[in-house]
Amino acid sequence: RRLCILKGIYPHEPKHKKKVNKGSTAPRTFYLLKDIKFLLHEPIVNKFREYKVFVRKLRKAYGKSEWNTVDRLKDNKPSYKLDHIVKERYPTFTDALRDLDDALSMCFLFSTFPRTGKCHVQTIQLCRRLSVEFLNYVIASRSLRKVFLSIKGIYYQAEVLGQPVTWITPYAFAHDHPTDVDYRVMATFTEFYTTLLGFVNFRLYHSLNLLYPPKIDGQADVELKPAEGMEYAMDSESYLEKLSALSASLARVVAPTHEDEVEMDEFPVEGETAEQMDVRKKEQEAVENHKKLFEGLRFFLNREVPREPLAFVIRCFGGQVSWDKSLCIGATYDVSDPSITHQIVDRPRVEKQIVGRYYLQPQWVFDSVNAKMCVPVADYFPGVLLPPHLSPFVTEQEGDYIPPEKLKLLAMQRGENPGEMRLREEESEEEEEEDEEDDNEKEEEEEEDESEKEEEMKLKKMEEQKTQSNKALPVKVTAGKVRLEDKQRLEQEQQSEEKRLAIMMMKKREKYLYKKIMFGKKRKVREANKLAAKRKAHDTAVKEEKKKSK
Amino acid sequence: MGRRSRGPPRRAQPFQGAESEEVTDSEEESVYSGLEESGSDSSEEEEEEEDEGSDGSSPPPTRTPRKSKTLEDESALEGNEALLAQNEYEEDSSDEEDIRNTVGNIPMEWYQDFPHIGYNLDGKKIYKPIRNKDELDMFLEKMENPDYWRTIQDKMTGADIKLTDEQVELVQRLQRGQFGDVHFNPYEPAVDFFTHEVMIHPVTNRPADKRSFIPSLIEKEKVSKLVHAIKMGWIKPRKPKDDTPTYYDLWAHEDPNSILGRHKMHVPAPKMKLPGHEESYNPPPEYLLSEEEKLAWEQQEPAERKLNFVPQQYRCLRAVPAYPRFIHERFERCLDLYLCPRQRKMRVNVDPEDLIPKLPKPRDLQPFPTTQALIYRGHTSLVRCLSISPTGQWLVSGSDDGTVRFWEVCTARCMKTLPVGGVVKSVAWNPNPTICLVAICVNQSVLLVNPCLGDKLLYGATDHLLESYEAPEEERIQPVQWVTANVEEHSKGIRLLIQHSKALKQVTWHGKGDYLASVVTDNSNMQVLIHQTSKRWSQNPFRKSKGLVQCVLFHPIRPYFFVATQRYVRVYNLLKQELTKKLMANCKWVSSMAIHPGGDNIICGSYDSKLAWFDLDLSTRPYQLLRHHKKALRSVAFHKHYPLFASGSDDGTVIVCHGMVYNDLLQNPLLVPVKVLKGHVQTLDLGVLDVIFHPTQPWVFSSGADGTVRLYT
Repeated sequence: RRLCILKGIYPHEPKHKKKVNKGSTAPRTFYLLKDIKFLLHEPIVNKFREYKVFVRKLRKAYGKSEWNTVDRLKDNKPSYKLDHIVKERYPTFTDALRDLDDALSMCFLFSTFPRTGKCHVQTIQLCRRLSVEFLNYVIASRSLRKVFLSIKGIYYQAEVLGQPVTWITPYAFAHDHPTDVDYRVMATFTEFYTTLLGFVNFRLYHSLNLLYPPKIDGQADVELKPAEGMEYAMDSESYLEKLSALSASLARVVAPTHEDEVEMDEFPVEGETAEQMDVRKKEQEAVENHKKLFEGLRFFLNREVPREPLAFVIRCFGGQVSWDKSLCIGATYDVSDPSITHQIVDRPRVEKQIVGRYYLQPQWVFDSVNAKMCVPVADYFPGVLLPPHLSPFVTEQEGDYIPPEKLKLLAMQRGENPGEMRLREEESEEEEEEDEEDDNEKEEEEEEDESEKEEEMKLKKMEEQKTQSNKALPVKVTAGKVRLEDKQRLEQEQQSEEKRLAIMMMKKREKYLYKKIMFGKKRKVREANKLAAKRKAHDTAVKEEKKKSK
Repeated sequence: MGRRSRGPPRRAQPFQGAESEEVTDSEEESVYSGLEESGSDSSEEEEEEEDEGSDGSSPPPTRTPRKSKTLEDESALEGNEALLAQNEYEEDSSDEEDIRNTVGNIPMEWYQDFPHIGYNLDGKKIYKPIRNKDELDMFLEKMENPDYWRTIQDKMTGADIKLTDEQVELVQRLQRGQFGDVHFNPYEPAVDFFTHEVMIHPVTNRPADKRSFIPSLIEKEKVSKLVHAIKMGWIKPRKPKDDTPTYYDLWAHEDPNSILGRHKMHVPAPKMKLPGHEESYNPPPEYLLSEEEKLAWEQQEPAERKLNFVPQQYRCLRAVPAYPRFIHERFERCLDLYLCPRQRKMRVNVDPEDLIPKLPKPRDLQPFPTTQALIYRGHTSLVRCLSISPTGQWLVSGSDDGTVRFWEVCTARCMKTLPVGGVVKSVAWNPNPTICLVAICVNQSVLLVNPCLGDKLLYGATDHLLESYEAPEEERIQPVQWVTANVEEHSKGIRLLIQHSKALKQVTWHGKGDYLASVVTDNSNMQVLIHQTSKRWSQNPFRKSKGLVQCVLFHPIRPYFFVATQRYVRVYNLLKQELTKKLMANCKWVSSMAIHPGGDNIICGSYDSKLAWFDLDLSTRPYQLLRHHKKALRSVAFHKHYPLFASGSDDGTVIVCHGMVYNDLLQNPLLVPVKVLKGHVQTLDLGVLDVIFHPTQPWVFSSGADGTVRLYT
């Protein structure tokens, strides 16, 4: 089993289940014979056997309390390496990147495990190290694209060398370890994943001309030294922690030449029109802008917000971040620093407010990242009811339900609505004037209503289109203008009938397929309609409540 | 006093030779034992010892009163002297008697409850001294006896012993941590025999052993063993620590084409599904589950759930708890990775519109009937059968109400009603335009009726033709009886009756209008009969029954005869009197059959709602099976001139299809459904019972279970 995990062997579904299973249809798992033979030739099998013998010998020696033998055996503990398996499973680097999702998620999970029980401390430490290294790489390369706070954990998506890599980290709480989970299986996976991630990290660091194992940039190091010299006696211990503080940039092998953005040489690809080029250029620009989202902003994290994810995200987009010195090492500036522009707060209200900075809830950071722009801060003041946090991973296709917030966001991305700038200006004064805030809210509400109405209209239209295109359904006639529509309707009817007749002529198999597809489409529409209806009901309920309160 | 004089030598004895003297004096033993066991003895003694202990620790304050007390009580001491002496003698005597306890070194508490305290050398019990002191006595003694503090109880004998001054002093010295012997000097000057400094003389003058000059044999043996082991390679030198870096550029020389044999079939693991809006910690309100949905979610099996979590909303990030099933999910992912069979699934990514076959537009295939034009009402029960005159002017319909009605097509007027006194199973108008004759199946007979409609010349000629029949000389044996209608019947229009032995099912004319075939519901070889009207002569073409015959047909041009049984259609050549072909209809129960006017194509309707198109030139299997109807097909019909065919079904619809047959043999017939005609109401689960085309116009008639006949134009 361990071998299968390490070598990535998985069962296959036979083409003729009955034939393979000697006539019975009982569910069984089938491995390819070739795969099993392939496993037999693996050199690591011998290593495993050696290890087994070693364990047996050791146990015997312990039983007889022959400590010399124990020492000798421990000295000669057989070890094995998984390098060749990694290379074999991922012949190219891109292959490895493609499969990095699970490796990262697993490493992040293991790095949050307690140091006792469940698995070896070394594994946990290694996982922690590797994951921190990877985070540092993402910061250095600014390749983070999307973040999503879900109820399960925090999803990140980075684009590493053109490959989207998604991983999830749990919230920083102690796990209640379930009993029905086989930790040995997980540990075996982790063993492989750590090896893989180590090599990937190495390669990634080198691709950025960074030192591996990572070293913190000289200047920053000097700055940090005096502060934490007292608390941290062991240099080697503090190293990882400093690294995990994610605050300092990493040392480069080659000193970074001063931000010379190498202009992309434009090789006109044949068969590509100028328009396409333009589109591509624009896209690239957008990505560059996204990377510099928080450039020039200075953040301060209050102690109640999750430090690591926020620091990571902010640093990924070029922002500077600091936190309370007692919280973690690596704090670069203090709360009272006047140059702080945003303070991330997760309390119902802040007692002492310093003028000249925004006090925001952490969701602002994540929403801004996902929106690829700094979203208006008004919705995110402490104590304010937050707007819904949407998943950036959903790409709405035609006919899907799109929540109104998303529509608003999309509209904002397309072109800033004129009111926004005004709003922003007002927000700085808002701390004193609450009335204004209310006004703003009202405005926003109105906007929302409008957008909702629009959206409803759109939805309706879409539905209509759906029904029209869905000729299997009888066409509904809207009231009024019957005369005018008659011709159209007739035509439609004729068309629908034609289609129906054509459907009749379909072959059996195709008909089945067609019906299935249509069923799926209908279900989708149904679900979207359901969501829309729910939203509408909710909105009306909220409005009524507001009216009552007024 | 004597004791005092005797004391010192006795004291000196144990200290100097305690280890050599095996048999100790009982008194001394008692002293030591008393001292030693002071910590764990009876409460009374303990108290005293504690007193003493405290004395030892802080001598000055307590000692002085004690001492003064002793001084004061000196006289009392002297008074007690006698008693003491007595005691002493007692002890002495006991010493002499040698009542030594033989119990050994055991906790004396074991004897607490016994009257004796052990056994002497003779095995006799040593009894405890009679002690009848109660608490009060004890207290009094404590108060009065000045030597109480130095009185202890001998554990072994149970007797009270008063310590002498020397003994007390010894105790005190020991408590102070000094040596018991007064004369022992612990600080004698050290003589450094084995000093670290190298002396010129040895400490001992013993000469060195010989073995210190010669090599050790045992060592040699051991070394040679090791050498041998090394030589043989049994012992390996310790491996140097591997100090190569754990991570290096693994993909330094990557070859994009290096795909192992195994990886050809490799299916990379699918990525995990990305989260949607509903997984957010603060989702839009519509994604939250309502109460019913939540309940439904809980009742579902975990494997069936669409979401493996309940969407929840938290006001702020601070309130978000840890997800309890996080490890579970990772573990399940692990299991999926190594235990789930992977399979490449071809996801059909087609536009459903593309699946719809490109057919010529029905508009281009006109003319065909599109709308319901006329309804012929009059029948009171289901109209089973229809037939139209070859001119297309008259329509005849037979119904379950026992009548046959003649209609004028254009006006929907019922021209004539002919009660026949039975369910009309089938009607057939003679296709010969010069003869005006209708064959009607009622019960067991075929009625040949002259409807007397249209051109008077024509139907007069028909009557004439029928009357001109002369019976042949010799009577031939016929399977049926030909009966000429009587006067009453004649006035109705009935001209001839062909009486069968069993109930009839269907009647059909040959194209020329002379022959007609009838089908009897029978299982014998007499099912199909062919009659010749002009000669009033019938014959049975088949020697053997090949199954239940559903319907029969004449080929319009050639001398072929089609017989449809439940599953097959047999084609007989009437001239050669042989079976030409056997068509397999691929359906369960053929209900009806029609032949293309060209004669090369047949359609068969069946009760399992299929319509099979046979191309006689191609094969014996259907060229195409059309499943247009939702219910059983009752009848099918071809148009005489237009490339149209229609099928009527129990679902109340008539589907008109364009069925183009090309003269070019290479081109397959083109079948396009062009119109679904609705109008008939379903009654008794029956819809359309018969369909027939107008002989010249692209019109279709249908008769239904609702008692109407409809015309679509």
